[in-house]
Amino acid sequence: MRNPLKPLVEKFGLPRVIIVSFFLFLIAAAGMFHMNLMQLLSDCIRRWGMYGILALAMVPAVQCGIGLNFGISMGIVGGLLGGIIVIQFRVAEMPSLVAVHPLFAMWVAVLIAIAIGVILATGIGYLYGLLLNRVKGSEMTVTTYVGFSIIAFMNMMWMLLPFTDGELIWPNAGKGLRNTISLAASFSNVMNKTLAFTVAGITVPTGLLLFFFLMCFLVWLFMRSKTGMAMSAAGANPMFATAAGINVNKMRIIGTVLSTVLAAVGILVYAQGFGFIQLYNGPMMMGFTSVAAVLIGGASPRKARIAHVLIGTFLFQGIMALGLPVANQFIPESNLSEVARLVISNGIIIYALSQVKGGSGRE
Amino acid sequence: MEKAKETYVLKMDNIAKEYYGNRVLKGVNLHIRPGEIHALMGENGAGKSTLMNILFGMPVIHTTGGYEGSIEVNGSPVNIDTPLKAMELGIGMVHQEFMLIPGFTVTENIKVGREKTMPNLVSRLFGPSMESLDLKAMRRDARKALKTIGLQIEEYVKVAGLPVGYMQFIEIARELDKTGIQILVFDEPTAVLTESEAERLLEAMRVISSQGIAIIFITHRLDEVMAVADSMTILRDGEFVARKEIKDTNVVEIAELMIGRKMEKLVDNSSKDTRTIDDSQIAVSLRNYRVNMPGERVKGIDLDIKKGEIFGIGGLAGQGKLGIPNGIMGLYKAEGQVKINGRELNLAKLGDALDHKVAFVSEDRRGVGLLLDESIEENIIFSAMQTNGKFLKKIGWMRLYDGAAGKSHAEDMVKTLDIRCTGIRQPAGALSGGNQQKVCLARALTLEPDILFVSEPTRGIDIGAKKLVLEYLAKLNREQGMTVIIVSSELMELRSVADRIGIVSDGKLACILKPDDSDADFGLAMSGAWKGERKDA
Repeated sequence: MRNPLKPLVEKFGLPRVIIVSFFLFLIAAAGMFHMNLMQLLSDCIRRWGMYGILALAMVPAVQCGIGLNFGISMGIVGGLLGGIIVIQFRVAEMPSLVAVHPLFAMWVAVLIAIAIGVILATGIGYLYGLLLNRVKGSEMTVTTYVGFSIIAFMNMMWMLLPFTDGELIWPNAGKGLRNTISLAASFSNVMNKTLAFTVAGITVPTGLLLFFFLMCFLVWLFMRSKTGMAMSAAGANPMFATAAGINVNKMRIIGTVLSTVLAAVGILVYAQGFGFIQLYNGPMMMGFTSVAAVLIGGASPRKARIAHVLIGTFLFQGIMALGLPVANQFIPESNLSEVARLVISNGIIIYALSQVKGGSGRE
Repeated sequence: MEKAKETYVLKMDNIAKEYYGNRVLKGVNLHIRPGEIHALMGENGAGKSTLMNILFGMPVIHTTGGYEGSIEVNGSPVNIDTPLKAMELGIGMVHQEFMLIPGFTVTENIKVGREKTMPNLVSRLFGPSMESLDLKAMRRDARKALKTIGLQIEEYVKVAGLPVGYMQFIEIARELDKTGIQILVFDEPTAVLTESEAERLLEAMRVISSQGIAIIFITHRLDEVMAVADSMTILRDGEFVARKEIKDTNVVEIAELMIGRKMEKLVDNSSKDTRTIDDSQIAVSLRNYRVNMPGERVKGIDLDIKKGEIFGIGGLAGQGKLGIPNGIMGLYKAEGQVKINGRELNLAKLGDALDHKVAFVSEDRRGVGLLLDESIEENIIFSAMQTNGKFLKKIGWMRLYDGAAGKSHAEDMVKTLDIRCTGIRQPAGALSGGNQQKVCLARALTLEPDILFVSEPTRGIDIGAKKLVLEYLAKLNREQGMTVIIVSSELMELRSVADRIGIVSDGKLACILKPDDSDADFGLAMSGAWKGERKDA
């Protein structure tokens, strides 16, 4: 007797089947505890949009051949700098902008922050790409430690950079930037609030989702362009690409820059939804959650698609959003959900890496 | 020695071997007298290595169903089922790749695994693995073995950094040091040596054989065989061709026996040849062309290929024929002057050959030729899109892939070349070898090249697909006037389709032959024994 479900499971992938079941189980459990399911689902959607672009940053990295980019903190610090520069100059409070509409001022602020972040991330990503071209074959290890190193380096810089705004530096005439910076006066929730509506108790952050989908669309377009296809070929088979006259190293740099830039955009989208900018060790593990998200979505270290990002982020963040309240119902005052988060994100990374076949291509 | 019944140290009779239904040896005999140097010759794939694997009882033979036939050593039948057994019978091998440990001294390398030891206090407590080395005795043995082959070297120096020739001698010394060695196999020992080193090696072989040790000498080089061997066995396509005494034969006869023209034609030349090839129109011109491709080094070639002809490049594996197209396409570092249709190619610039309308079908289909996980469609259109900017549509400032144009072209190609697939969305990696080759060919043709390099077009594909691919190449040449350059190890296929055939030997062009030149000429050219002037057919 053949199990009729077997081919379906194989196509969808066992880890995804398990994660989806777990997600459904959490929803059922939340229902049983008479929790506010609609509010929980709103939270799922909100987190989907917030984390989506960070996970999207994996697509160009994987496609260009550097594999899973654990070092997206390289781009994240660029985005954070963009964010705090905007606060320093109080762009969102400029009377001429506020006069049009307060929300408009906030949009200008967040877009300027994104623009600065993109410019910084382009430079950082280029250097990062040069580095990765020198360590072919062990990119994933290198990206992990480069990601940690930039956090450590920026820990010093956050203390030393000459920011003066009271929102930014430690209170009472302290020195250096704060650990957590409120965005209430600048661009907190600007995307989430734009065109948001509530239907049947579920709040849909339209602006946030539109921005997320726009980014996905842009990356999708790029992947279908001449350069994008060349980049994918360079990642899939460097010898093939060379034979077609493509400069593989250049393509890897393009992919790395793109990944870093998306990370810079992603952290700002995340920050505005969260309402705070977290400096210092805040973004340390962002790389891991993003990697786990695309992997849950079905990506591998050799192949990642936009669909993987969409599915993966929703499932992963959905479990995070439901996990905490549900776990608290089971065992009140525990940190069970934090444990579950670590088990899921690290477990899925290990699973995916064990699926990589050795000796990937020549060169 | 008795007159009626000659004594042989090794008699292998009617040896046959099948790999998964594919008969690679079909009743081969190998008879070796004590103390003689016996050459074993044949083209690539003639069955030499399989025969040696059987002799050494290699696991690859016994895990695939063993062999048929009988082996006698010193007149008594033996069953060699493990390499250890072969060693006990006194059969030794000098490997082509040196199996030496660089950080060890010469003595240690010679004696490794067979160290002489003496008991000490610790070994009495913990057993013989703790015995100390008797370095003096080991050095004495090593010196003796080195002296036998006439190598002047101190036995205590480290192997790392010694010249390649010395390493080979140390390897030989190690085999000689094994007690009771009767038969020593040399697997293409001169392939990596310089001329003077090769000379000394041949001298050492004579010395060894004069001490009563028989030598089986596997080589492609006829001149070496003539210089040193007493007798020889020739194999061809797994069949036993002849056993000859060297004094009764000559170079030309051996060369003929090795090639042995099979008369079957792979291609029907039914279409009329209406081409006019102008001798002054040169499509590809190489001057002092060198390519640094590992295992297929090209060491300075001058060659002119005429516009509109089918030019074959033949030669044995590892002689450098594959390096020629790979260097032109920029896959390996090349130098020298290359002119395509009279315009010089910038070898340092990646993709310059493509810009000169040269296309290439690689011999390494899965490694270089295909994106295995991507669709047939993407594989076919990819190069043309990147090089010629085809299948792109402009939307604003962006140039995006034109799915409709790509799809219809890929479907056309699938139909024209009869690629058997479930549809153009099927991943290329899922196709059979012959169909993968057709996808590679389709991609090259989509580039609309003037000059097409096809490397090993029929490697690993079945006979039907083989015929189709070769006929299609001929058709392209006849109908579109495309200059086709076929690089192949299979002489038969070159001789059935090419107008002229250049034979590459030792990284250099030995000569250019016509397809109907004699087998002896081909054999001599491929064995590096071409004595005549470079002949231009």
